[in-house]
Amino acid sequence: MADITRSPWLLHYDASSCNGCDIEVLACLTPVFDVERFGIVNTGDPMQADIFLITGAVNAQNAPVVKQIYDQMSDPKVVVAVGVCACTGGVFKEAYNVMGGADKVIPVDIYVPGCAARPQSIIDGVVAAVGLFKERYMQLKNKQPLSVGHLEGGEGS
Amino acid sequence: MAKRSVVPFGPQHPVLPEPIHLDLVLEDETVIDVVPSIGFVHRGLESLVKTKDYNEFEYVAERVCGICSFGHGNGYAEAVEKIMGIEVPRRAKYLRTIWLEMNRIHSHLLWCGLMADAFGFENLFYQCWRIREKILDMAELTTGGRVIYSTNMVGGVRRDITPEMGRAILSTLDFIEKELVPIRRTFLSDYSVQERTRGVGVLTKEQAHDLGCCGPFARASGINCDMRLLGYDAYGELEVEPITATEGDNYARCKVRLDELFQSISLLRQALEKIPEGDISVPVKGNPDGDAFVRLEQPRGEAVYYVEGVGDKFINRFRVRTPTFANLAGLCETIKGAKYADVPLLIVTIDPCISCTER
Repeated sequence: MADITRSPWLLHYDASSCNGCDIEVLACLTPVFDVERFGIVNTGDPMQADIFLITGAVNAQNAPVVKQIYDQMSDPKVVVAVGVCACTGGVFKEAYNVMGGADKVIPVDIYVPGCAARPQSIIDGVVAAVGLFKERYMQLKNKQPLSVGHLEGGEGS
Repeated sequence: MAKRSVVPFGPQHPVLPEPIHLDLVLEDETVIDVVPSIGFVHRGLESLVKTKDYNEFEYVAERVCGICSFGHGNGYAEAVEKIMGIEVPRRAKYLRTIWLEMNRIHSHLLWCGLMADAFGFENLFYQCWRIREKILDMAELTTGGRVIYSTNMVGGVRRDITPEMGRAILSTLDFIEKELVPIRRTFLSDYSVQERTRGVGVLTKEQAHDLGCCGPFARASGINCDMRLLGYDAYGELEVEPITATEGDNYARCKVRLDELFQSISLLRQALEKIPEGDISVPVKGNPDGDAFVRLEQPRGEAVYYVEGVGDKFINRFRVRTPTFANLAGLCETIKGAKYADVPLLIVTIDPCISCTER
């Protein structure tokens, strides 16, 4: 079971991003940047995913979807907010339909800034997520309480 | 009669980089009706015109969509220039054309990759994206940004392309052209690829016309429409011949987009050859008062921009009609009667840009 920490699977969901960060996330998976060399595989199934990459701000329509995907993922799990929209709402923060960053709905562990976030910084965030994932895995194994990320309005860690 | 069942598709789905939700009404394996529901990506971008001044809004307009970003910024800037009666320098017009075409190459290569991914040809997907990185390098060299350029502004452009950059672009184009030949051959001649594309999702010319489709989607059905013929920016001085096909199926749509890649390469070469010397922007004074429409050809089709100013530094109304919105009706028509397994492919085939559509 320890091998799980060497090949975490990644799930990407576009909340309300402008696509800029999405295509950069996809570019990370393709040969030039290639996050697969860290053992990471992109999956479409939340139940098999360990790392949740979220791009874009959260609005009322997609908030339940984001929450549902997060709840479907099994512990341990790590959430990475990619792009300034997922971090804070970014350029759309003042728009009437935007609630704010992803941390309004789910606990976020790692924030990757940028508009659009560059592949290098996304990889940096993902590698940090792999480290955090290993830590959580050990916590789960040793039956310690799991640490959680930052949730705006929640307690956080 | 077979039993009917409704299968929800999306918003989170492996094939979709963006969220769109479809309720598919199935009769056994065949889809007989489609009910799309959208709104997952709605941000209310158009309302931001009232909080940002008209020069600043240029950068928000680029964030309508991250794939065809330069075109959106260009449409907005041209509309404001039209209201204020600003004549942009010729060099700026050529620079805009160059970036628009670079945007089209990267967008079409992205589509080719996603299409290959949708029919399970991972190798082809990676090859397309490998080539695409080269054009992104050129975007980074000339603008500093990979996907969002932010070089456009009301009255011209902010950055110039030096002769060294021009030479770098030309040698990259040679590389891309050479690499595209085997990719085009695989898409159009490979036996297993044709199994998924030939005769799948046929949209006739009449249907495409009645449903108001646009862009490569309509051109693949035989409709000769290309907004570049209007001659905005420098297109009036370049040779643009719309690429059309008659079959109206997935195969035709692949063919049109692949040929448009070669067309864009040729347009870039022409533009880099003919680009005149001179200023790249003119000073802008005053505030826009009045309204204007601008139409231009995005990688996905015709986009329409409307800007209404009231003599204030804040614009009163900004409206975009994006190509994917026009093509969604056509998409629903092609899905009806298709096999369930072909639905992901058919969604990718219109090159959907949900974030443009919902803004």
